[in-house]
Amino acid sequence: MAMPETATDALEARLQAAPSGGGAWIRAARAAAEGRLRAMGLPGRRDEYWKYTDPTSLISPEVAPAEALTADEAPVFDGIERLRVVFVDGRLDAAASDPLALEYLEIEPLSQVAEVDIHWAAEVFGQLEARGQDPVARPLAALNTALATEGLVIRAKGVVPRPVSLVYVHERPSSDAMIHHVVRVEPGAELTLLENGPAAARFNKVLEVDVADGGRFHHVRAQGRDHDRQAVTHLFARLGAEALFKSFTLTVNGALTRNEAVVELLGDDAVAHVAGAAAGDGAEHPFHQDDTVFVTHAAERCESRQVFKKVLRNGAVGVFQGKILVRPGAQKTDGYQISQALLLDGDAEFYAKPELEIYADDVKCSHGSTSGGLDPDALFYLRSRGVPEAEAQNMLVLSFLAEALAEIEDPRLREDLEARLEAWLRRRTR
Amino acid sequence: MTATDKTAEIREGVDRETVETVKSVGERYKYGFETEIETEYAPKGLNEDIVRLISEKNGEPEWLTEWRLRAYRRWVQMKEPRWAMVDYPPIDYQDQYYYAKPKSMAQKPKSLDEVDPKLLETYEKLGIPLREQMILAGVEGAEAAPSDGRRVAVDAVFDSVSVGTTFKEELAKAGVIFCSISEAVREHPELVRKYLGSVVPYSDNFFATLNSAVFSDGSFVYVPPGVRCPMELSTYFRINAEKTGQFERTLIIADKGSYVSYLEGCTAPQRDTNQLHAAVVEIVVLEDAEVKYSTVQNWFPGDEEGKGGIYNFVTKRADCREARAKVMWTQVETGSAVTWKYPSCILRGEESQGEFYSIAITNNYQQADTGTKMIHLGRNTRSRIVSKGISAGHAQNTYRGLVSVHPKARGSRNYTQCDSLLIGDKCGAHTVPYIEIKNNSSRVEHEATTSKVDDDQLFYCRQRGMDEEEAVALVVNGFCREVLQALPMEFAMEAQQLVAISLEGSVG
Repeated sequence: MAMPETATDALEARLQAAPSGGGAWIRAARAAAEGRLRAMGLPGRRDEYWKYTDPTSLISPEVAPAEALTADEAPVFDGIERLRVVFVDGRLDAAASDPLALEYLEIEPLSQVAEVDIHWAAEVFGQLEARGQDPVARPLAALNTALATEGLVIRAKGVVPRPVSLVYVHERPSSDAMIHHVVRVEPGAELTLLENGPAAARFNKVLEVDVADGGRFHHVRAQGRDHDRQAVTHLFARLGAEALFKSFTLTVNGALTRNEAVVELLGDDAVAHVAGAAAGDGAEHPFHQDDTVFVTHAAERCESRQVFKKVLRNGAVGVFQGKILVRPGAQKTDGYQISQALLLDGDAEFYAKPELEIYADDVKCSHGSTSGGLDPDALFYLRSRGVPEAEAQNMLVLSFLAEALAEIEDPRLREDLEARLEAWLRRRTR
Repeated sequence: MTATDKTAEIREGVDRETVETVKSVGERYKYGFETEIETEYAPKGLNEDIVRLISEKNGEPEWLTEWRLRAYRRWVQMKEPRWAMVDYPPIDYQDQYYYAKPKSMAQKPKSLDEVDPKLLETYEKLGIPLREQMILAGVEGAEAAPSDGRRVAVDAVFDSVSVGTTFKEELAKAGVIFCSISEAVREHPELVRKYLGSVVPYSDNFFATLNSAVFSDGSFVYVPPGVRCPMELSTYFRINAEKTGQFERTLIIADKGSYVSYLEGCTAPQRDTNQLHAAVVEIVVLEDAEVKYSTVQNWFPGDEEGKGGIYNFVTKRADCREARAKVMWTQVETGSAVTWKYPSCILRGEESQGEFYSIAITNNYQQADTGTKMIHLGRNTRSRIVSKGISAGHAQNTYRGLVSVHPKARGSRNYTQCDSLLIGDKCGAHTVPYIEIKNNSSRVEHEATTSKVDDDQLFYCRQRGMDEEEAVALVVNGFCREVLQALPMEFAMEAQQLVAISLEGSVG
């Protein structure tokens, strides 16, 4: 694809920062990513896939500064027993982290793995990202593969007893972080991965998850409450037969968040659920949140579910682009997708593009999308039972979000995030 | 020439849940004949001179010629859109005739005997009754001939020109103007000038711009204030000549408080080359007026190998310009090799209403990318979309739609339902809706499902003695029921049969 010169220059400028050296496998992976990126170019406002979210600030050479939020509540997942790994402005902070050791778990920093010549991560690192580039280009993910030097390489070899918890800390006001994690869940193994915190003023993350036959992977994240931060995250997952994959994301605040999830069901009877709840108030800080999901069914009898709910007010913008692709032969597919927005006032905006693309006949696929305000009848009902208006509103908002939160299997994690949402709402209730 | 007599090959009966391939519609395409009529062509290709020539042939005023030329100059700079989920080889726009006219139209015949018998034969095959044939063939005094009781006014467009309009006098009594657009340019220039391009501007999109430059004819309707049009109006489009594109332009104006129901049908001969059809339909609906626009699109879809067929690239748009205006699009799309069509509603007036009911059936190698746009601009506007896509054989069927609610369109409401049905495992069904909501007092709901013909329903029908083919036709007709019900009587019958014919041989 021919690019205008300025765009090429911008891309070359970014690629100047590409790491040199490292082991043979990672050099090959980075070079391949560079090639992909040059072929597709950086995203622009006119790209169909960026119709509702302007990528300019995500690719600009300068990072818009963002202040770190001073904590006014206990960190997310605080009471949960877990293996903590801390990243400060995108760099692994070994001193603040737990020792990288747990039963049935191999966990290594990417910076170390990158030094060896041969590593199993070569089968996953950049590979799932490359698969995810077709049919829709995701240049910012290729950029990440080409440039990222930080991240973790994780392998679950059995049922890992405690969650691995990645804690992202944002300190410098104009930090620009790029992190790339690789996870492999071996046959029959199980792993829960938690993520929380804002990471940096600008954050580009790739998480590649390879779940082998019968493996189980749970992912729960809270993206941090910093107001002016910008983040583009990519989740690439590949599922074997009878594998289970569940991912939930909570987004509150943030000037710009784009969460892409690309899930491929390659083995029969696999199950993939991707869910998200977002709450934004554009009164004092801009809020723009975008969930872009692409689920591919390439095997028989698989199930996929996408559940996304957004609560928006004061000029907050919510975007949902979701797709279910059923490849020829993926019979008995059960695909479901719902995207809903609750607009709490006249300024909020919601854009949705829920797509189905189906090439097999014996399937059950559906999607639904709704948008509207709070139901005045429901409000009236609660008020007539003596519930004060503000509280009644919050109750309705929480019940609206409940379907997405219900996708979190572990009740402790779910309750923790529910409490965050409730607190967030209460802070905005006068 | 015709393929109607080919007997259907019946597959050895194996009871299977769904059967892979569907017998071609092409094999049964009963409108696949071609009429050998002497035709007058403009030279092949497209340039400013051709645009001028078309304008001159139609005896158009200067402003219209200029308008066409502006469109042409714009078109030269435009790129053909490629975003739709359809795939076809590049079109050579210079290898087309942009103007073709049956020669016999040059002088008005006195009676049917003088009419080119081939032309009459065509009408007969199309099922147009004698009296209408006379009128369409331009026989003098035909309007006075006794009517046979059918009350649909017809305007027939053969290749590029309108060959005649029936019931004109009776309509004129009610004040309704129904004529070809070239006639309207001559007789009612003020109306044409005021409204032409006011809904679909000449710069709108690649195909509409092309149409603006080269449209040769089409229908024109004006319904005066408070008039309920006394009969259904109908236009019949046919592409006959080879390598001819058809670019008709329809303009409908429903003045305050009026009502009109308009039907459109189309067929084309069976050929192994592709033909281009790029029409524009503009509808202006004023205060309290209502327009019902129904289409049964049965252009030649190509044969069972996907050879030939019409490229149907159509821009249709209605502008509910004033309060409480209402427009209803109903379409049954069974023909064309490639369809690219999004009948839209601009809901500008307060409490205006737009409805879109669609059945799109694709079979063999047909491709359809169709849907609607509902643009809510006024307060309390309402829209409803019901789309049923049926895909069989190797066909690809896409629903693409936009629901946009602007900040000022408070209290608006949209309900969208699009269902797809797959018959066989080689075809595809896709849904690409765009939803853009900018206020909280509006409610927007979108639902879509994709499934196959329900086994239980099939089993139930078979249990009651139906064969599998009948059972599938019944289930599919049931699947389309909501849309079929929205059609006027005349079309509903035809459409129901079309649905069954299109799916014949899909099982067994």
